[in-house]
Amino acid sequence: MFNRDRWIEIFETISKNKLRTFLSGFTVALGIFIFVILFGLGNGLKNTFQEFFLDDAGNAIFLNSGKTSKPYKGFKANRRIEFENDDLNDIKENFSFFLEYLSPRIDRNATSSYKKESNNYNTRAISPGHQFIEKTILMKGRYINQSDIKGKRKSAVIGRLVAKDLFKTENPIGKYIELGSTTFKVVGVFQDEGGDREERNIYIPFTTRQLIEKGNDKLNSIVMTYRKELGHTGAVAFEKVLKKYFKEKKSIDPSDTEGIYIQNPTDDIKQSQDFAVVLQYIVSLVGLGTLIAGIIGISNIMVFVVKERTKELGIRKALGASPRSVIQMILQESIFITTISGYVGLFLGILVLENIGLNLEEYFIKNPYIDLGTSLSATIILIIFGAIAGYIPAKRASSIKPIVALRDE
Amino acid sequence: MIQIKNLYKSYKMGTSSLHVLKGIDLNIEEGELVAIMGSSGSGKSTLLNILGMLDVADKGDYILDSVPIKNLNETKAAKYRNKFLGFVFQSFNLINYKTALENVSLPLYYQGIKRKERQESALDYLDRVGLKNWATHLPSELSGGQKQRVAIARAMASKPKVLLADEPTGALDTTTSYEVMDLIQKINQEGKTILVVTHEPDIAQMCKRIVKLKDGVIIEDKKVNQVLASSYV
Repeated sequence: MFNRDRWIEIFETISKNKLRTFLSGFTVALGIFIFVILFGLGNGLKNTFQEFFLDDAGNAIFLNSGKTSKPYKGFKANRRIEFENDDLNDIKENFSFFLEYLSPRIDRNATSSYKKESNNYNTRAISPGHQFIEKTILMKGRYINQSDIKGKRKSAVIGRLVAKDLFKTENPIGKYIELGSTTFKVVGVFQDEGGDREERNIYIPFTTRQLIEKGNDKLNSIVMTYRKELGHTGAVAFEKVLKKYFKEKKSIDPSDTEGIYIQNPTDDIKQSQDFAVVLQYIVSLVGLGTLIAGIIGISNIMVFVVKERTKELGIRKALGASPRSVIQMILQESIFITTISGYVGLFLGILVLENIGLNLEEYFIKNPYIDLGTSLSATIILIIFGAIAGYIPAKRASSIKPIVALRDE
Repeated sequence: MIQIKNLYKSYKMGTSSLHVLKGIDLNIEEGELVAIMGSSGSGKSTLLNILGMLDVADKGDYILDSVPIKNLNETKAAKYRNKFLGFVFQSFNLINYKTALENVSLPLYYQGIKRKERQESALDYLDRVGLKNWATHLPSELSGGQKQRVAIARAMASKPKVLLADEPTGALDTTTSYEVMDLIQKINQEGKTILVVTHEPDIAQMCKRIVKLKDGVIIEDKKVNQVLASSYV
């Protein structure tokens, strides 16, 4: 392949036919350039999307109860299903394989007051695991702990906005607030990325709530997180066995769609991921389209180039060029030009992508990029098709008799 | 040098075929300067193309420098052309983006000669046709006569056995034609075998032998007293 003389001959031809060189080079460079830009922007769109929908979603599962809609095992329809403390233990015992954190929830609205300030807040009775399920961030003091649960202590962890409303600039830790008709001691202040509504919550031990409500063992709902390494498939399986278990335990008709509700955000995540995949397909399709347009462009140019050179090729053959050397010359020339200009286009595209990348976030395009593998393969595909597009007319030109090629028009 | 026996050639024109050469016998010795004459359609260009291996005969023998020329594929024909033959065309057929020097050295490139030797040799041939000072000029910067002299230098550069000239003066005025013929005569005097296809009698008179073709057969083949072109220049 390497023959110094042939390369010199090719360089001479290239440098003396600037328009032709420019046309074929430009086509390839433009094709790759547009491919890199579009593909990169598409990837940027995907990034934004993923950040938007996927990053905030956790691995939490919410178990809620409602009324049954079908009669079963002697129970009438329209029966209210309730969770109790032993449901918590059953989940711990039977589903430890799936389980990460677990907490009950009992939500009550109560007027809360400190000194002269008072307001209506949601008090949520929970267990310590709730901190991780809700991703609560502690600012001061501590969270509800196991001794609070066991001792049914009157401890409260208040939201940042609750502290601001009731205590103003005072440090709330160790102070006593009235929740309804019961006095609680503030042990911590928290913030939450979920927004203002979350920061107007007050957390208390669920056992304390049950004690206040005449020692019952009712729970509103149960929240838990599954182990992340299980993935979507594991989460769906968990949801399924959990539902089956509770339908059996609470004597609900297996075909009843009501009574027990499980809210599994992994379904949303899955949907988002599916959408991301579709987005990826669209991006790939755009890339493919650009590439095909580029291939057609370079093919046209090559056909034109060979046509234009028919007479020259005839002269070369009359002077002793073999058909093989004619084809070789055309191919080597076209591959050389497309390779160089392909990489120029690639380089420029990546350069532009890097530079505009930071300015496009408001248009929902974040960190646009193209991986080197994709862009290199695109370049190589264009080079190969350029060579094929050159080979066919070159083959034909090389087999034309010189006398035909030299015939005066 | 060249032996042709019973050469036939016809072209298919739709259903019928057009017989262009109908049995040509011709012997050309080394060092001859032969004019092939005839009106258009007489088959003279076809004969030259077959001699130049640019075209293939239907029937007959062609022996060039004791090598039988037959069953040629394109690659072999290219090799023979490069080794045995030099071409001069009516329309010069120089490659327009190459300088005079590069045009002359092109056949040497296809002989696989090294670049430096190529250029030295090409410059030498340009000098012989009196165009050494025009070596770096493109064909577009040369006059018709100069172009034809570059073409002759190119044809000579590969040291061919036979020089084939197809209407070499067809596109030139009289004075320039005589200059080109003067050059051809000088090359012939150095011992090169040359065939010139022409329809101009005065050009034919500058050769040593005239072969007249009509309707695909030789009607006349005579030696002539060569008129030296230099006497007109």
